[in-house]
Amino acid sequence: MKEYPLTLLNGVDSSNPDNWRLRSYEAREGYAALKKILSKRITPEEIIEEVKKSALRGRGGAGFPTGLKWSFMPKNYDGDKYIVCNSDEGEPGTFKDRDIMHFNPHLLIEGMIIAAYAMGVKAGYNYIHGEIWATYERMEEAVDEARAAGYLGDNILGSSFSFNLYNHHGYGAYICGEETALLESIEGKKGQPRFKPPFPANYGLYGKPTTINNTETFASVPWLIRNGGEAYLNLGKPNNGGTKIFSVSGHVNKPGNYEIPMGTPFAELLELAGGMRGGRKLKGCIPGGSSMPVLPGDIMMEADMDYDSIAKAGSMLGSGAVIIMDDTTCMVRALERLAYFYFEESCGQCTPCREGTGWLYRIVNRIEHGKGRPEDLDLLDNIADNIQGRTICALGDAAAMPVRAMIQHFRDEFTYHIEHKKCMV
Amino acid sequence: MLSTESLEKIDREIAKYPVEQKQSAVMSALAIAQTEKGWLANETMDFVAEYLGMQPIAVYEVATFYNMYNLEPVGKYKLTVCTNLPCALSGGNEAAAYLKQKLGIGFNQTTSDGQFTLQEGECMGACGDSPVLLVNNTRMCSFMSNEMIDEMLEELRK
Repeated sequence: MKEYPLTLLNGVDSSNPDNWRLRSYEAREGYAALKKILSKRITPEEIIEEVKKSALRGRGGAGFPTGLKWSFMPKNYDGDKYIVCNSDEGEPGTFKDRDIMHFNPHLLIEGMIIAAYAMGVKAGYNYIHGEIWATYERMEEAVDEARAAGYLGDNILGSSFSFNLYNHHGYGAYICGEETALLESIEGKKGQPRFKPPFPANYGLYGKPTTINNTETFASVPWLIRNGGEAYLNLGKPNNGGTKIFSVSGHVNKPGNYEIPMGTPFAELLELAGGMRGGRKLKGCIPGGSSMPVLPGDIMMEADMDYDSIAKAGSMLGSGAVIIMDDTTCMVRALERLAYFYFEESCGQCTPCREGTGWLYRIVNRIEHGKGRPEDLDLLDNIADNIQGRTICALGDAAAMPVRAMIQHFRDEFTYHIEHKKCMV
Repeated sequence: MLSTESLEKIDREIAKYPVEQKQSAVMSALAIAQTEKGWLANETMDFVAEYLGMQPIAVYEVATFYNMYNLEPVGKYKLTVCTNLPCALSGGNEAAAYLKQKLGIGFNQTTSDGQFTLQEGECMGACGDSPVLLVNNTRMCSFMSNEMIDEMLEELRK
């Protein structure tokens, strides 16, 4: 098997129960980036420049350039500012942040400390998905280790820089992966997204300037500081720097997380995941988590795994959750389950999403159960049209896009269901 | 209303936030209360509200919004099975069906001996380990074949 360069899981051995601990992390160049910054007195501006140069883009789903985001934080601001890590990993298909936190927690902590230094921030929160209690407990222990070793707290490693980090445990709400819902949730409220603007960089946690990044984004920072932004960029391709972890699930022989350089062909990722289960044919693939448009197998086999290539193929890289479906999959049933999810998780704040997700689900449900009507496909498109772009947050889009893509690429299958009252698979 | 041990845990959570932002600890306070009591009765939520200096309605809002809180009594063990698409492609529905058959209950029901409640869950962020289920919100069980489910039920029944 081909060897790929690693920036996130380098030296990580999940079978060794002590591999995640501070001492093991230090033995694999851990906290070297932070020490380099503090000993060489690298300025916050230089760090942000380096991150910009690396073409690191947000790994949570939106793919926004990280360095640019950091530069939005107000400078010379009197008062508290925050950084927040979005570890509320609930996008169906995604399970990379759990492994980063569980098997390499100090990588995230070091990344957050560097980000705090670059943005002049003294406190940060890591919002962890409710269902992964063991990982939350591990993060708590890792933060204690880092504090005891002088990496967190006042005057870090004898410098004048201070930063405290706290873990916040979620309790089961997909919407809290939306950054402003997440802020509301930390404030002890229902996780309902805020209207933007104002953006979090001006009005964030407790109304203070706040930058929110995904776990994997923060975790990408130590390597790029140690080796330079240009080296990081060169691992991937222009505008798509570095490596990324892809979570592969569904009909493959070895589902799991695989770290590969940006721009690696999808066919190689599929091979890493052991190939198709039972040697069957790839029917469809959702390349970036359940909210992203599905792509037919033949288009996917020609695509590369980076933001621009997947966008060109007609979908989005999203969180890098690759859901694989073989030719035994009924696409109507697959869509029915996804439609139910968005219906269940809509926060109820915006009418088009609150009502529309229920309509989408009920219509797909009746098609799946042999009660579909000839006009249903147009009706689904129409409802999706009336949700997408008309809500405060992207959950509405996330509910609408899979519906439209499924009907676009697998229309025959939906029509067959409606006409024959049964599945063609 | 809550044990000293629970209150100490809640105090540790409160200390994570700015002094004037005690409300930030409400999610963990409710989770800690639920772990002690098994579910969140109104009087438990009222106690949490008073402890954090919140209006009771603000606490009810949180408890009813997040789906891991138990708003009515559940069995000694609450089993939540993920049936979302990635899990459904890899045996999630079959695991749920097997549990229903073994326990003789459907989703959102509790066995007559009060031992088990079964729930359908949404994505737990462990799609590569399907079938996945969660015991009492904290213990995640992966790759749950029928044999593994049998073993787990036997262990919990002891």
